[in-house]
Amino acid sequence: MAHASTQGHHDAHHEAPSGFFRRWFMSTNHKDIGTLYLIFAGLMFFIGGAMAMVIRAELFEPGMQLVQPYFFNELTTMHALVMIFGAIMPAFVGLANWMIPLMIGAPDMALPRMNNMSFWLLPFAFTILLSSFFLPGGAPAGGWTMYPPLSIQGGDGIAFLIFFVHLSGISSIMGAINIIATILNMRAPGMDLLKMPIFVWTWLITAFLLIAVMPVLAGGVTMLLTDKYFGTSFFNAAGGGDPVLFQHVFWFFGHPEVYIMILPAFGIISEVIPTFSRKPLFGYKAMVYATASIAFLSFIVWAHHMFTTGLPLGAELFFMYATMLIAVPTGVKVFNWVTTMWGGSLTFETPMLFAVAFVILFTIGGFSGIMLALVPADFQYQDTYFVVAHFHYVLVTGAAFGIMAGVYFWLPKWSGHMYSERWGKIHFWLSVISVNVLFFPMHFLGLAGMPRRIPDYNVAFADFNMISSIGGFVFGASQLIMVGNIIYTVFFAKRKASDRVWEGAKGLEWTVPSPAPHHTFSVPPVIDDSLLAHGDVSH
Amino acid sequence: MRFGGIRNGALALAVATGALSAAAVRANPRPWQLNLPEGVTETSHAVWDLNMASFLVCVGIGIVVFGAMIIAMFRFRKSRGAVAEKWSHSTKLELVWTIVPVLILAGLAWPATKVLLQNKNTAGAQMTIKVTGYQWKWRYDYLDYEGRTVKKVGFMSSLAFSSNKVRQLDSGLSPYSVKAADGSNDYLLNVDHLLVVPVGVKIRFLVTGGDVIHSWWVPDLGWKMDAIPGLVNAAWTNISKPGIYRGQCAELCGQDHGFMPIVVKAVPKAQFEQWLAAQEDGARLDKAARTAQASIPHGPGQG
Repeated sequence: MAHASTQGHHDAHHEAPSGFFRRWFMSTNHKDIGTLYLIFAGLMFFIGGAMAMVIRAELFEPGMQLVQPYFFNELTTMHALVMIFGAIMPAFVGLANWMIPLMIGAPDMALPRMNNMSFWLLPFAFTILLSSFFLPGGAPAGGWTMYPPLSIQGGDGIAFLIFFVHLSGISSIMGAINIIATILNMRAPGMDLLKMPIFVWTWLITAFLLIAVMPVLAGGVTMLLTDKYFGTSFFNAAGGGDPVLFQHVFWFFGHPEVYIMILPAFGIISEVIPTFSRKPLFGYKAMVYATASIAFLSFIVWAHHMFTTGLPLGAELFFMYATMLIAVPTGVKVFNWVTTMWGGSLTFETPMLFAVAFVILFTIGGFSGIMLALVPADFQYQDTYFVVAHFHYVLVTGAAFGIMAGVYFWLPKWSGHMYSERWGKIHFWLSVISVNVLFFPMHFLGLAGMPRRIPDYNVAFADFNMISSIGGFVFGASQLIMVGNIIYTVFFAKRKASDRVWEGAKGLEWTVPSPAPHHTFSVPPVIDDSLLAHGDVSH
Repeated sequence: MRFGGIRNGALALAVATGALSAAAVRANPRPWQLNLPEGVTETSHAVWDLNMASFLVCVGIGIVVFGAMIIAMFRFRKSRGAVAEKWSHSTKLELVWTIVPVLILAGLAWPATKVLLQNKNTAGAQMTIKVTGYQWKWRYDYLDYEGRTVKKVGFMSSLAFSSNKVRQLDSGLSPYSVKAADGSNDYLLNVDHLLVVPVGVKIRFLVTGGDVIHSWWVPDLGWKMDAIPGLVNAAWTNISKPGIYRGQCAELCGQDHGFMPIVVKAVPKAQFEQWLAAQEDGARLDKAARTAQASIPHGPGQG
């Protein structure tokens, strides 16, 4: 690639700022900010994971052994908030920061200073959230869903949670605006919308979801705040309000939020599978349309989280049918991934292993989703461990596995070194086995009648809980291998990565040197359609 | 084994799951239980069928999709000399896997709609019980029975003492030591005052919350209903077999959310009428004795 080598030469004149503070705290560089996001997400993953370990330890056997029930509720609430807003979402924004400019041939994000600010809001937001553990009355304990009246019953932790939501919401909205502005304005000439990598497409759609729903959440929690401190009665039945209204507002945010946490993972998987199948992505356009359909449907299914609140029959039927409809575009995606592999020339490096596991395990999460969509059946499943199993399959073996696939996939490009394939595979196999030991028995527990968010249970639930906890401890410990592998790759690995890194890699990001220089594509690249991941889509 | 076709199905997993739950005439959760209880009402049976139907549909789709994937992973390995093909599009295929899932989903939506219509129809109830969720106990008020108003029969129902002392942090007591009268373990699933109901009677439940949101759930009845302050939700059941059916609060309601179980004791109609009359007499004679447990075999602490 002629233009790539001139690129490298050009960039030599613009290296990263020398001072640590200047480089990392005042950065406006999409790669450095992407790195910051990813490190932050990793840190939060382990903080949220530590909470999960205490939860699983308490649930290891029946009886109360470790924590008080109220503290248990603080842990389940904070585990969810930290994992959703601290680990999954920032990790995706980090990947977007790193990869979107590289994939569309842009020199940086469209709004670099805002990029810096949207990251640096997060450490403050999470300081506020996590500091609530030390308040009198403790951290919020009403569940991450913050249903009133319970959520405003406790101490001032809820106020900290609400300010946290505002800050991280502003961060997300700014990040989303930046991503949309970048994708719509900064594409290299010839990078038409329908030639963009699927990862860019999924993020474009995700960014619109973020802008649409984060303000709704901010409004909802602000009403909670005024209900608690200023005597309003939005959700207070005694004052003429309605507790169920909050659930509608929350899930109008909450359901698109679910797709905010999975669409970028769909994008990553759509990059990884063609690369290691050495075959163009099957049905590129269908993938784009399916993503857009899922995004649209995500706005009209929110009340399926509320089937047991006594909705009228017509509403329950509508939300059931709309929810079931989501299975169609999601199915298209899964079928397209499988068909991409069919007739390919497959190898199974760590990113591909995580991608294959993603397709299978995410689909299992989708299956339980279809079961949950059936209203009468949901009357049994709702608020049980069956639901816990469902959303952990979607979020851990879905979103988190997608992120892991992406990290292994692009780490050589970021660091310039190959990670240890052997330790990557050990990480994968330990994770994929333990995650199923952890979450699969939860289906049985829920069906047998164990409600979620309880710190203790009848002895009939003991066996599967113990199995699940053992899986949880192994899964938690396995993630340290990934950290070790990343540190090794960045600081100690000797094996240099080539520019292309993977034999089947296609797309602009692989035309720049490894490690990617501090500045890339200062001069727009020439787009050659045959070098794009999905091949020629003109037909 | 209520869902036709399971027994002859070739799917070993489904058979095993079905067989295990077919044994669920006893109403408590059992160790290693894998599936929903079939329950003791028409609704719970219909829900169980729906549960199995959707599960088997998912297993079927899973076999096709994961099967194709596994075949691809073996057949198209580079190490076996596979050379990548170039195609990346087929409108025909994509139409097929858009339309076929729609048809499958419609096939599931149809029975689901039927069961839902049945589930929502509280008309024709012969009896009404008001259920109120409190932190962290339930209140039951018998409002009417066979067309007449029940006079002042209502009581609180909270976690039985035998469970409550064991569940304290570091109590040093074993959850395995908490036993019901029949010898089965009822740790965290026993209450001081049971909800006594007749079998073979359509009972309407009016469910509401007194402080925060709770959810009233007995798996053997086949549904749960949120107990929301300021809102009265209606649900119904018609229990076919006498027995003791246990459930728990299903909506996070604070620190003791895990410790407010529900126990329903379904008795033959005549026995229920006797019990109800005694309760009404008690209410008339002595307000304080309203919650007397004289005619209930399981007294406080043994529920």
